[in-house]
Amino acid sequence: MKPFAYAKAVDAATAITLRSQFATARFLGGGTNLVDLVRQGIERPDALVDVTGLPNDRIDELADGGLSVGAAVRNTAVAKHRLVRGRYPALAQAIVSGASGQIRNMATVGGNLMQRTRCDYFYDMAANCNKRHPGSGCDAIDGFNRMHAILGTSERCIAAHPSDMCVALTALDATIHVEGTRGERSIPFDAFYHLPGDTPHIETVLQPDELITSVQIPPLGFANNSIYRKVRDRSSYAFALVSVAAAIAITDGTITAVRLALGGVAAKPWRAHVAERALLGNAATPETFRRAAEAELASARAASHNGFKIELATRTITGVLRELTEPGDAR
Amino acid sequence: MNDAGDNGPARPHDGTDRADDFTVRLRVNGRAHDLRLDPRVSLLDAFREHLHLTGTKKGCNQGACGACTVLADGERILSCLALAVQYDGRDLTTIEGLATDHALHPLQAAFVEHDGFQCGYCTAGQICSAIGMFNEFQDGVPSAVTANVSSPTPELTEEEIKERMSGNLCRCGAYVGICDAVRETFANKVTR
Amino acid sequence: MKVTQSSSETTARYAPDPATDPLRHTHGYIGKSVSRVDGVLKVTGGAHFAAEFDVEHVAYAALVCSTIAKGRVVAFDLSEAKAAPGVLVVMTHENAPTMNAPSLVNMEKPKSFAASNLPIMQTAAVRWNGQPVAVVVAETLDQAGYAASLVRVTYDEETPRLSFDDLKAEATPPTDVLGEPAEITIGDAHQALADAEVSVDALYRTPPYNHNAIEPHATIAGWNDDGSLTVFDSTQAVSGYRYTLADVFGLADDKVQVVARFVGGAFGGKTGFWQNTVLCAAASKIANRPVKLTLSRQDVFRVVGGRTVAEQRVALGARRDGTLTALIHTGTTATPDHARYAEQCTFPPRHMYAVKDLFIGQRVVHLDTVANTWMRAPGESIGTFALESAIDELAYTLKIDPIAFRRINEPTKDPTSGNEFSSRHLNEAYERGAAQFGWHRRQAEPRSQRDGRWLIGQGVASAYYPALRFPGSARVRISADGTATVQAAANEMGMGTATAQIQCAAERLGLPMDKVAFQYGDSRLPDSPTAGGSCQTVSIVAAVHAAVEAVHRKLLTLANADDTSPLAHATFDQVEARAGGLFRADDPNRGATYASILQRAGQEYAEADASTAMPLELMMKYSAASYGAQFCEVRVNAESGETRVSRWLGSFDCGRVVNPKTVVSQLRGAIIMGIGMALMEETLFDERKGRIANPSLAAYHVPVNLDVPRIEIMYNDLPDPQMPLGAHGVGELGITGAAAAIANAVFNATGKRLRHLPITLDDLL
Repeated sequence: MKPFAYAKAVDAATAITLRSQFATARFLGGGTNLVDLVRQGIERPDALVDVTGLPNDRIDELADGGLSVGAAVRNTAVAKHRLVRGRYPALAQAIVSGASGQIRNMATVGGNLMQRTRCDYFYDMAANCNKRHPGSGCDAIDGFNRMHAILGTSERCIAAHPSDMCVALTALDATIHVEGTRGERSIPFDAFYHLPGDTPHIETVLQPDELITSVQIPPLGFANNSIYRKVRDRSSYAFALVSVAAAIAITDGTITAVRLALGGVAAKPWRAHVAERALLGNAATPETFRRAAEAELASARAASHNGFKIELATRTITGVLRELTEPGDAR
Repeated sequence: MNDAGDNGPARPHDGTDRADDFTVRLRVNGRAHDLRLDPRVSLLDAFREHLHLTGTKKGCNQGACGACTVLADGERILSCLALAVQYDGRDLTTIEGLATDHALHPLQAAFVEHDGFQCGYCTAGQICSAIGMFNEFQDGVPSAVTANVSSPTPELTEEEIKERMSGNLCRCGAYVGICDAVRETFANKVTR
Repeated sequence: MKVTQSSSETTARYAPDPATDPLRHTHGYIGKSVSRVDGVLKVTGGAHFAAEFDVEHVAYAALVCSTIAKGRVVAFDLSEAKAAPGVLVVMTHENAPTMNAPSLVNMEKPKSFAASNLPIMQTAAVRWNGQPVAVVVAETLDQAGYAASLVRVTYDEETPRLSFDDLKAEATPPTDVLGEPAEITIGDAHQALADAEVSVDALYRTPPYNHNAIEPHATIAGWNDDGSLTVFDSTQAVSGYRYTLADVFGLADDKVQVVARFVGGAFGGKTGFWQNTVLCAAASKIANRPVKLTLSRQDVFRVVGGRTVAEQRVALGARRDGTLTALIHTGTTATPDHARYAEQCTFPPRHMYAVKDLFIGQRVVHLDTVANTWMRAPGESIGTFALESAIDELAYTLKIDPIAFRRINEPTKDPTSGNEFSSRHLNEAYERGAAQFGWHRRQAEPRSQRDGRWLIGQGVASAYYPALRFPGSARVRISADGTATVQAAANEMGMGTATAQIQCAAERLGLPMDKVAFQYGDSRLPDSPTAGGSCQTVSIVAAVHAAVEAVHRKLLTLANADDTSPLAHATFDQVEARAGGLFRADDPNRGATYASILQRAGQEYAEADASTAMPLELMMKYSAASYGAQFCEVRVNAESGETRVSRWLGSFDCGRVVNPKTVVSQLRGAIIMGIGMALMEETLFDERKGRIANPSLAAYHVPVNLDVPRIEIMYNDLPDPQMPLGAHGVGELGITGAAAAIANAVFNATGKRLRHLPITLDDLL
């Protein structure tokens, strides 16, 4: 890798100041994605500012019953936390379905949010990639794209967002708190990520000086009835082909509240707004579930090898909602 | 002569001390080493190339195989993705630190008995990973096969072992022996 | 080159397991389940792999590989790379030492051979996407890697041949397939097929695969003051690499030493004599320092070849009573013209079924790729996928149980050579396996078994792998302290070489195992064949037996010369090796220990070398192979198509089992590779640039722990009278038939017959 300077920050202010002293510094969490990207030459920062020592390494219950998760909290700690497991089980499940135990121990929440696609052509420095070199083209579109996105793509990029945790967080309407030279702001999860459009190299709304400090998850009573299901090519240690985070509340057979998000199929963690609207207020039946899933996938654009994801996502959404609403339905 | 396991004094690797190198204190297997390191040096390369602790293996250098697993304060991590400078002051355990002068760690002995390896290249990673895995299990960390994450069962089942060890690839296919060794060593020791 | 640790550490000693009976005064080591003698080393991090030898003053190398498939390098811009910190030298074809190209098959020097005969970094020519074009040597790993990223290369591109499907029509028969005919015609299979009452005829497709041993290829090379070359490498071919390196560098054979004590998995990927070993030695020469080159995982995909893509046609005709009347098995594979390796996918049908009208044929198409090479059961693993799937399809069409079908068509002699089988008990393996697996509970009709969302199915297929023995040599020394040492330049990549050899030698010598040492992994020891074709154990055992006999004769001569010895008048056929010495067979108390014979003769040791030749008589008279019945159960998720293997039983007929513990592990390991082959593995070859798109362990899926059930192994332990100890090599047998068993089980579960691998959920939605 290209040589870089290294500095460890003690608090957010120091981190931001340190970063501003370099032209292309990056914040370093557990390193489970960034170190790999630097080693491959995909990222070429001139400095790494280590933010794992910041005091935002706690999970706190908020007054309204929600949770504040510090950006420096390790993924394992989130999945293990009693309140996460009890109130937002889909979030715990999402985290432990990702990567491996070792990686989850190292990876921070902030790093998980910022991880980049694992598209084979993004990773191959000899391939054309509009994320790495805007305007150079997208080799995935006519290449091997079985793992790629069918929602939110553009003619310039069909990369899928790889995170599991983010799928659960977008379903839970989390907010991302950041701090920069101009102060603090909070960003709704769904607004944090850009779709590729004409600028696939711009992935988030984060400004170069901004540091993620925490993620806040609002209270959601019915989220204690939530599931994360991940469908993949081998039984573990693999990225999602399709994943679904769902929470649902039923009263007298009618859907009174629902959250639904998709992974593995979209250019960003995908909140299934269309499906949610099609579910709310309707009867909790397999037919309703299937129609809502189809509605969400109606805008899907398949590439040469990933068309199967349309049917797979439809079935997985339907299956997850059935599992949540039909007790005793075996997995 | 330098054998694996001899935590001899580390020599600066190219004989020169660069201004941008960091002094990093790594406590490895109970012994402190002060190294001058380029920030790019991974913990894995610090072990293998600087401290001549070659027991920990490099399989992919990308976090995709688990062969480089070691313990940091009892937690399993991938040393290939860990920059050594980030582990200043941490207590690190590698495969060389598990046996005592008198005996193998029970898990090591179980690996030999149950043939939990063939070529041996992934073995250090498997063993360190299993020890860390057990700590996690004791701590109540759920896994992807835990049926009810809100109240996980305290039983370390075969399926839990297999899922939790799936971050350690074995191309020789010693998984059955690995599971037998892990189960024998840990399954009856759960105390949560 | 100065190595700062002793290179006499190859000695592997057996340490008695306190939990078992004492081993003195006991024979019967063959068939004994013994923990590996190198086990403690492996579980404590004490086993040194190629990159781990502590060599003074070593520098680090990194490769720059081409990004075009065919053409030439027009220019390098090395200015930034050379100026980067720590860089010692940058090597390209412009300044590499002059080296001879290795040979594919070298009739003059048969011990020297390579997977590719391309000259290594001698010209500007680029012949595949991923070919090394430059080597950077620097003081540290990170410096070398960074500097390599600064090398700029300008290419002139030519049009490469990259598309298997577009070009397979141009495929032609190779001159031979591993010395066997590329085509075999017996009777008129095409007519018989047309006349058959029932037939199946289908194409089976397998992708390119990569070995992906967890240890990436690694070399440390250094030139000594006397002009000799020392190389630590991760090779399976300890002797072979030595001869080939000597050839390439124009050195006398005794001027090259190769050390490979422990290899971190290989599966055929570390035999081909790949460019990395040579480039490391060449870089060391021009850097005037010892150099260490460890391939990145990406490099392994680019610089080292894997298994070729293959398309096979199997057409079978039969009578309604299940008798096979026609068998056609053809296959097309790919190879570059600098490799010319036609993977032997049509070998299984040559030996498996009794049929009078048979046509077998192979063709190859030349593509501009890295050299394809052997990968675990080359030929048989993909050939059995096609054949055993087709057999299952035919059996289902006939409504005959697939095991009964095979019994009907079990040959009594080899169907193509007419040879006798040296040892074949496949029917029995099926019978025993079926009983243990509960095969009778299977329902032949697909989609008959369900568990909630999961469709369940069982499948069976035959395993087949030839029993091979290659020339080997060994040195046996018996010392006056009553111990023995066996030496051979053998490889240890997980099969448990030292353990097996010590067991066999102890048995032959009548010594307890803890008195026998096995030294290996160094080309200065007596030549061993490449550890391929599952041949190593028996090849070396044959030589050890010969050497033991020679030493025994020497000792008996010493005893005969001693009037006071109880053996003074004994002849060789009157004595046997027992209790640490030679004793009369007709009077077990009369004899002398090795120690006493030697001490009385005033000698420190007696030693003999022996070599064995190709067992030509065996090969010409017999058809020797291992067989098996692979039983598997799969669960297919009806909603998602996810397929998981839930049960496995392998029932094998593989000769006498030397060490059940290690043999079971090898069989299981190969089955697991078969699960990978069937359900998840695939090298993605992007034909637009001839470049592998998924060169990582994240993007190329090998089975993880959770993918694998408790694989049950049984074997009949019937010795093959034609093989040393009655034993067969078992390293590759387990992958054969595995993929077909899975495809057959998937059919039983879902009713979908899948003829291409890997079978993934998109095929089953």
